[in-house]
Amino acid sequence: MSIFKRSKENRTRNGQVYYRPMRDITLLRLFIFPTIILLIVINVFPLFWSLFLSFSRYSAKMPNIWGKNPRMIGTANYSRILTDPDIWIRFITTAKYVVLSVGGEMILGFGLALLIFRSNFKGKGLITTLLVLPMTMSPVIVGLMWQLFYDPNWGSFNYLLGLGRIDWVSDPARNLYSIVIVDIWMWTPFVMLLSIAGLSAIPRYLYEAAEIDRASWWLKFWKITLPMVYPLLLVALIFRTIEAFKIFDLPMGIVGRGAVAPRLLALHLYNVSFVTWKTSYGSALGYIMLIIIIATTSIFIKYLKKAKQ
Amino acid sequence: MARIANRRQKIGGWVLIIVLAVITFVYLVPFLYIINTSFKPWTGIKEYPPKVIFKPSIGSFIRIFTSRTVYPPGEVPTEEEMARMKWYERIVYRETNEEVVRLGDLPRRYLNSIIICSISTIITVILGTITAYGFSRFKVRGKDDLLFFILSTRMLPPVVVVIPVFLMFRFLGLTDTHIGLILLYVAFNVSFAVWVLKGFIDEIPTEYEEAAMVDGYTRFQVFRKIVVPQATTGIAATAVFCFIFSWNEYAFAFLLSRKIAQTVPAWLPYQMGVLGYDWGAAAAGTFIFLVPVMVFTIILRKHLLRGITFGAIRK
Repeated sequence: MSIFKRSKENRTRNGQVYYRPMRDITLLRLFIFPTIILLIVINVFPLFWSLFLSFSRYSAKMPNIWGKNPRMIGTANYSRILTDPDIWIRFITTAKYVVLSVGGEMILGFGLALLIFRSNFKGKGLITTLLVLPMTMSPVIVGLMWQLFYDPNWGSFNYLLGLGRIDWVSDPARNLYSIVIVDIWMWTPFVMLLSIAGLSAIPRYLYEAAEIDRASWWLKFWKITLPMVYPLLLVALIFRTIEAFKIFDLPMGIVGRGAVAPRLLALHLYNVSFVTWKTSYGSALGYIMLIIIIATTSIFIKYLKKAKQ
Repeated sequence: MARIANRRQKIGGWVLIIVLAVITFVYLVPFLYIINTSFKPWTGIKEYPPKVIFKPSIGSFIRIFTSRTVYPPGEVPTEEEMARMKWYERIVYRETNEEVVRLGDLPRRYLNSIIICSISTIITVILGTITAYGFSRFKVRGKDDLLFFILSTRMLPPVVVVIPVFLMFRFLGLTDTHIGLILLYVAFNVSFAVWVLKGFIDEIPTEYEEAAMVDGYTRFQVFRKIVVPQATTGIAATAVFCFIFSWNEYAFAFLLSRKIAQTVPAWLPYQMGVLGYDWGAAAAGTFIFLVPVMVFTIILRKHLLRGITFGAIRK
């Protein structure tokens, strides 16, 4: 256990050995190890188990509690997934979901932040607080709420927008977009909060200097505001892209995982693993998703590092 | 010139305020709809177009809290029986012609949510505080790597981890137990707690601690008597965040609890059919579930940004 440096200066001072009831290193171990061990047991170990399963043939079907022992079949699960034409539709649907929802959130969130930042009145704090309310709520319950709101028979959504009895929930051609709308509703405030933080950090003298040069509003926005907020927008983009890619709760709350549900990857993963009980196939799919997430994140982080320079 | 510009600015300011107020109102419409629906009387719920103003009734709340049967046709309670009924029984009878049999499933699920979230929050915050203190004040070899490792566990999609966790829990007999979910929530929130609390503890100047140690305090005493009291705000904010996260958690709860330890998010969305598409009750359940989070969000508003970015951005 040598990952911690022993700090000798605590034990001896002025050449004299001090008595301490508990040495720092012991205390440090007591403080840090429980967390690390817990994370290894509940997060890291399952991850490796999942990796192992993804290279095997195994089903954890309920009545047969253990399932048959996993049999190693190499990369067959992966090649089966990647050659399945159906899975590409799911990838494309998920990508569409990510682009639409995250794009909407970024534009609306930044726009709202500009409006709020420009305004100056007493109720500003109240408005910000009210706007962020959706963000901290359970996605599945928000989904349920919107399911009621969307309902073509008794819900208010169509009525308020003056639309006819449009079915937003159980029509497969439309329900992806209805989930996108809710996602945008929920997470625009997140981008807004980050953007406001970015905007407040811009030093005023930059604008004053631009004012002296009689720069137009557009030029100021393009040359000062956007570049200064850019790193924080990128952070928002990273968070939202990962979350939208693995979205599970929200569609479960609005549409459920049935036949009419949009073909999102996480829903498919759930169906494969826990409805048809193809456990090892599910693990492989999970790993493919994980690799996509890690790849996307590292690309973003590269840009973030460049932006911070 | 200046006066015109000034007036234009003033008008612009007002326009901005009005625009923002309208946006906020539109934003809150889904909430208002749910609150509105949950207070509707039985006959008003399925009216179309939906009414906004009506005589409010708490029938929906009673229905989501109770289990009921319909009175057999022809069998009508006598005057005397009506008089003996409790107030909520009378409301249910008048609205839906039903008899209250027993307490419904919601109170138990709600209690489960409270128990699991509170205990997991307490454990998470204790673990998070000591680990954050360790990382904040000691030289740890590979500190950045360890901290990154802690953070990365949080970024994993639950759908990837859930398969092996499910197998592990089944093996250990932890499926559908409070302990199982508590353990899981602690593991998933502790990374968050460590990162946010490390930010808070880093902000506390070390001078007090050093002075106290010169006075003969041990490290642990320093931690307990000097660091913890100064970090109270941070610890409280982190605790509220952890509570909200576990309160909202769905994927694990849905998969790993069936009945005994089931929490509200894993239960409520599947009541639509069971309730006979009782929209009022579903809206009332949603309302009851969302209220604590709304209150917590309002309490947290100053630390919200810090929480959602894992302490990366400190306003």
